[in-house]
This record gives sequence, structure tokens and C-alpha cells, in this order.
Amino acid sequence: MTVQRQQTFLESTPFFRWYNGLPLKRRRTILGYMFIMPFILGFLFWFLIPALVAANLTLQKWNLITPARYVGFENFETLVSDPILGQSLKATFLFSAISVPLGLVFAFFLASLINSKVRGIAIFRTIYFLPSIVPAVANAILWAWLFNTEFGLINFFIRALGGPKIAWLQDPDWVLFAFVILTIWGVGNSMIIFLAGLQGIPEIYYEAAEIDGAGRWAKLWYVTLPVMSPVIFFNLVIGFINSFQIFVSALLITNGGPQNSTLFLVLYIYRTAFQSGKMGYAAVLSWLLFFILMGMSLLVFRYIGSRVYYENPGD
Amino acid sequence: MGFVDAPAGQYVERTAPKSRTDVFFKYLNIFLLWFFAIVMILPFLWLVSSSLKTQNAIFQYPPDFIPNPMVPENYINALTYKPFGQYFANTLFVAGMNVIAVVLSASFCAYGFARIRFPGRDFWFGIVMATLFLPYAILLVPSFIIFTRLGWIDTFLPLVVPQFFGGGAFNIFLMRQFFRTIPEEIADAARIDGCSELGVYWRIMLPLSKPALITIGIFTFLFAWNDLIGPLTYLRSPENFTIAVGLASFRSQTDISWDLQLAASAAVTVPVIILFFFAQRYFIQGVVMTGLKG
Repeated sequence: MTVQRQQTFLESTPFFRWYNGLPLKRRRTILGYMFIMPFILGFLFWFLIPALVAANLTLQKWNLITPARYVGFENFETLVSDPILGQSLKATFLFSAISVPLGLVFAFFLASLINSKVRGIAIFRTIYFLPSIVPAVANAILWAWLFNTEFGLINFFIRALGGPKIAWLQDPDWVLFAFVILTIWGVGNSMIIFLAGLQGIPEIYYEAAEIDGAGRWAKLWYVTLPVMSPVIFFNLVIGFINSFQIFVSALLITNGGPQNSTLFLVLYIYRTAFQSGKMGYAAVLSWLLFFILMGMSLLVFRYIGSRVYYENPGD
Repeated sequence: MGFVDAPAGQYVERTAPKSRTDVFFKYLNIFLLWFFAIVMILPFLWLVSSSLKTQNAIFQYPPDFIPNPMVPENYINALTYKPFGQYFANTLFVAGMNVIAVVLSASFCAYGFARIRFPGRDFWFGIVMATLFLPYAILLVPSFIIFTRLGWIDTFLPLVVPQFFGGGAFNIFLMRQFFRTIPEEIADAARIDGCSELGVYWRIMLPLSKPALITIGIFTFLFAWNDLIGPLTYLRSPENFTIAVGLASFRSQTDISWDLQLAASAAVTVPVIILFFFAQRYFIQGVVMTGLKG
């Protein structure tokens, strides 16, 4: 290459003369790492080092005020004999087990609805997505009011239909369902991802199925669901991880109550660290959350991921 | 069977007669669309309606759906009860810095992952995807300790600086997918004209990626605007509060009544909805476009 042009200041520096003398492959490697360097440094600073700090912290007792001291495995002993942790895990798992499948089905259903070619469909798409952009704190206040036993809108409808007055936020048997309902209302993100998937299905698949005599349900079962399985899987994993992180609504609506029935794991970690001042034990709980999520993810990938159908494997 | 009669090489729209069930499903679809639209929008209407009621009207059964009398003063009282103007400015600053950081950093890293072939690239991209599945609740406690050591507590630094380092796995992923749809020939043409790799990124790829950049920009803005757990953990003095923390502390003071809480909540939601209406075609198209498959 003998393209003549003026050298910029940067190109006249010794570094660039050295760099330009390197073979193309080496230059590309350096260039590649230069581009991804922000991520590598970020991974180091905000993931790897915090993980090491957390590992070290598990052996300490520290309330942020008096100096930290090493206590051996005391925090792990607390873990085994902590009755509140059991309640917290139960609440988290129950919430996840109910809200994730329901949310997935509902999001898929809404996505199919807004995938039709009706006049003004863009407005429907916008309306269906609105709940997901409401600020979490405002959302929590709004739902605390909607679920109000005496004056809330939800009990108003139930009573108008002849139902009983439900103490949504005070009754430990009902409160989880209240959280499931408010979570499902804000299912817009996975709905949009489903919509994107549905729009990516070529029309000829359906035409071919029709020629083979497939009806409405057969098309859903033999065309839509298999083609959509990677998207369903993606939403399942994301939904599951998000459900384990429920925090703001629990903090603001019930603050963990009644009787710890909404003391979800992240809320318990937050409370242990910043209200009870047990940083060491909070670090142990964080690691516990990590291992639960990793274990569950592995199970999901192992047993459901293997059933996913990929059109272009290895792409 | 309209294909059979069609002249060769010409596509004829199938004109299968609409069966009764087709018509039924068409109307069922429209009915369900409207039904769920109402379900989705009703809580908002209820929020606005309640926020305009007097203390007495709010605790009334059965409730009035149109407030009578209307008290828009609730909004003034709620927004002056705490320095919401200051909170608003703080939130705008944090969210704005986040957008700048993410747009620059995520696209920069994504360019490396999408367009340059080098050993270790796939390994590092695997790490990117792994961090996508690692919720930040797990790192809340150790991050807090690191920021304490750095002396960053009660400043905006913990909320802003980390975003400059990659801008989040999801955004890197989205930008990479988008870059891969841009024909490499355009970049090659620039290289032949003597453009450096940085120049290709800055002058060719970024201008061509506006829709994707706007998408991640909006996502980031909304996330920063709505985030509570970060500001709640790192900010201490009330003059540094963001809107989310301000509203949360507003709620925790139990003497503040529902009318004011709801008015403040509605006021905080409005800017987000306005932003969304202006940008919604990017929002929904952006995800569709970049093809979030697999």
C-alpha cells in the first residue's frame, strides 16, 4: 500500500511507528484488546475484585463503625441456624415459582395479541408496554394503594362482583399473590422480546403448515412454539433471575411483612448489611444467592436448554 | 387453491373464503386487545384520579372515579414538601452521565467484539454474557465496601463511573448484534481511503448505528431514572438524593397522606411517559431490529 497522505500527530509518535511495523495479525490483536479494554477493566474492578472482597468478608465481623475482625467460620454457622433465612428462602422460591411461569405465559399471550395487523396496533403496543416504564418507587406506591383493603380499586371490583374483602397486604396467605399480580402487570419487557421473535417467523412456515392441513392450534404447537423456543428460553432465564431480585416493591409496600412472608432474599441481604450492620453475614448471604442462581441456571440450561430448537446452530 | 389458476410467474393473493371461525377469532382478537388495554391503563387512571382528590374523598367507599372537588394543589403541596427540584436536577445529572457513558463505552467495546478478529475474543464475549446473568444484588455488599474505601460514598461517583467501563453486558450485546448487520464493505471502503480502525468506528459505524444507540440510550436513561437500590445505598445527605430515593423517603414518613404520595408518584411518572411517547418507535423497533434471537 503506497497511499500518500499527511501523517497525523499521533502517527508520528514512536508508539505508532512500532505498532505499524508489526505484522497484521499482531496489530489486529492489539487493536481488538484496545477496543474491549473498558470491559476488561470494568470486569476486574466491578466484578472480580468485589467477588474477592466478598469472599474475604465472609470470614469477618464488621458493622462499618468498629474495625472489622476475623471470626473464622462463625458467619457460616449463623447461616445454618438462621430461622429467618428459611422464611426468606421460602418466600423467594414461592414467588419465583408462581410469577415466572405465569408471567411467561401472559407475556407470550400479550405478544400474540399485539402481533396482529389491526388498525392502530402501534397504540396498543405502547399501552401494553407503559407499565414497564413506571419508576419502581412510584409503582410500589401505586400498587400499595390499589391493594388497600378498604379503599383499593382491586377490592372494589372484587366486592362489586360479590367477592369478599381480601386483606391483600396484611394476610400472609394472600400477600405473595399481590406481588405476583403487580409483577405480571409489568411484563412488557419480555412481551416486546416475544413480539420481536414472533415477527421474525417467516410467513411461508405458516403457509406450508396450512397446505399440510394444520389448524390454528396445530400451527401454534408445531410452528410458533418450536421456532420461538430460543426466545422463550431467553425470557425464562431472564425472568427467573429478575424474580430472585425482587426488592423495591417488597421494601416499600410491605417492608418484608406480614410475618416475614415477603422478606425476599435481596431485601434480607440489604437489611442484614445496612440496617443490622452485619456486613460479614450479608456477604455470606450474597454468596448463597449467587450459588442458588448458578445452580438453578445450570439446571435450567441442562434440562430445558437441551430442548431448545436452533435454526442456525453455531451462529 | 388460487395458485393453480395464476399466470406463470405472478403471485396471486390467496383469496380463501373467510370461514366463520376466522371471523370469530378476528373479533375475539380485537375484543381482547381492548380488554387488556383497559387492564393496563386502569391503574394509571386510578393513580391520576386519586391524586386529585381531597383527603376525605380518597377514603370514601364506594370511590368516585371523577374526583369532586378536584384539588390540583395536591401536586404543589407534594412537590414542595421536599426539595423535588433538587432531586430532579440530581437525577437528570446521574441519568445524563449514564447515557453518555453507556453510549460511548458499550459501542466501543461492541465494535471490538463485532468487527475485529483476535485470539481470546470469544472467551471475553463469553464473560460478557456471563455477567449478563449475574445480578448486581449479589455484588451490592462488596461494591459498597469498595466504594467506601475509595471515599466515594455520598457522591454520584458510584452511580456514574462504573458505567464508563463497558456500559453493561446487555448494551454491549445489543450493539454487537447491530454492528454485525452493517455491511463490512462500507468499512473496507473507508480503510482503503486511509481511515484508521478508530476512524471506522467513530466516523462510519457510530453514525450508521443511530437507532441502536438511541435504543440503549433510552434504556439507560430509564434505568437510571427509576433505580432505587443504587442511590439508596450510596447517597446519604438529602441534598444528593435522586427522585427515587426522595420519593421512597417521602413514603417512609408515615404521617404523609395518600393524596400527597400519589400526587408525587404521578408527577414522577409523567416525564418518563412523555419520553417514552417520543421515543417509542425506537424502543420497540430497536429490539425487533437488532434481532434478540438466540
